[in-house]
Amino acid sequence: MADETLSALALSVRVAVLATLANAVVGIPLAYLLARRRFRGRALLDLLVTLPLVLPPTVTGYYLIVLLGRRGWLGAPVYAATGWSITFTWYAAVMAATVMALPLLVRTARAAIESVDRDLEKAAWTLGRSEWRTALEVTLPLARNGILAGLVLAFARALGEFGATLMLAGNIPGKTATVPLAIYTAVQTGEETTALALVAILTALSCVVLVIAGRLGARAA
Amino acid sequence: MSRLEVAGLAFGYHGRAVGRDVSFALEGGEVMCLLGPNGGGKTTLFRTILGLLSPLGGTVVIDGESLAGWSRPRLARVLGYVPQAQLGVFPFTVREVVLMGRTAHIGPFATPSRRDVALAEATLEALGVAHLAERPYTEVSGGERQMTLVARALAQEPRVLVMDEPTASLDFGNQVRVLSRVRELAARGIAVILSTHDPDQAFLCADRVALLHAGRLAHLGPTAEVVTPATLRETYGVDVDVVTLTREGRPVRVCVPSLERSKA
Repeated sequence: MADETLSALALSVRVAVLATLANAVVGIPLAYLLARRRFRGRALLDLLVTLPLVLPPTVTGYYLIVLLGRRGWLGAPVYAATGWSITFTWYAAVMAATVMALPLLVRTARAAIESVDRDLEKAAWTLGRSEWRTALEVTLPLARNGILAGLVLAFARALGEFGATLMLAGNIPGKTATVPLAIYTAVQTGEETTALALVAILTALSCVVLVIAGRLGARAA
Repeated sequence: MSRLEVAGLAFGYHGRAVGRDVSFALEGGEVMCLLGPNGGGKTTLFRTILGLLSPLGGTVVIDGESLAGWSRPRLARVLGYVPQAQLGVFPFTVREVVLMGRTAHIGPFATPSRRDVALAEATLEALGVAHLAERPYTEVSGGERQMTLVARALAQEPRVLVMDEPTASLDFGNQVRVLSRVRELAARGIAVILSTHDPDQAFLCADRVALLHAGRLAHLGPTAEVVTPATLRETYGVDVDVVTLTREGRPVRVCVPSLERSKA
């Protein structure tokens, strides 16, 4: 296999792993908040998290540019202060994959958390456990399989992310070209065997991930 | 000894009041029985006192300090709760369930000390259920589960104890055994408030009775003054005679409902 094919594979795995970790850090607390707390702006937060699921990925990518680009709301001050911008770096691919995968984790984990018997949490409270320790020691362990299934789905989504990545990170071979982008390039330039190999690898990986998610989901139910 | 004070409490779910204007005070060593028909708000009142629901108005005060804003560990060191005995989800042993009563006394990320285990054992011993220690909570009888929950609350060493229908679903013998434990707890200086459906239980164990009807404290006072044919008629819509017997030279009251007169 060509160097660029291998580097696309390595990049894709790295991006998907980091995006999944970011999802765990951001998504699990979000899922808990949406499942268990009533607060102002909850409906709006729910909407924002879910939106990437229904928007065309290019639209999500466009919003990310508006937010993080060199002239973006957050990107401009960072660029002014450091001369660095996330756009067209592999970090941007991680960011795009994270945002695109987040709704899959949050929705799955939230459903799992909502199905935990609230009386078990209240029992912990009346025995003197604080809410956050109850969440860590009672709620999340009981929702474990649903959360893991959500993480697996998020990993799969991150692995296959194309549109938002192209918008924010570009398609720079060896730098930001993940497998889906490399497939696109291969097809455009007529490298049929490269495209076929990458497609086969991505299909096989996705099948494995779906089987794992299915098993976790069955155990959660 | 501690004093629980409930002042002008309004309580309910999602901002809709189930009950309002509930005020009473309870001293350490005292047993108060909460009577009232189904749906009258007894459980909701308890959940509000325990801080599981935010009050819609008024305050819950222990020893002069409002409980609003107390952390769970601090609250649990003062206020114990005996829920209705349920089947149980996890097959913890009875000893482990009782040991959970020590949660609020054990530091963060510490495990129960030898003293905690000894206290749990002693509590089981005192309630006469030490032989159950190794049995799974999910496999003991209803009465034994209720005793386990009482033991758990005692291991918590609370100064105020809230018991939600501790005799519900128990057979006659276990009901009497639980009530006699309730008197013992009060004798140790704990303030006990318990709900029940049986006014006779109030005669047996309560110093005072609060009658919660349609979300309001309809009557509050010494048991003999509150539990009368008139108040029972008003609350439950049935005809009852209250009969005084003499046992060992002391008067004992019992309720005898009239099935004939209660038909209408």
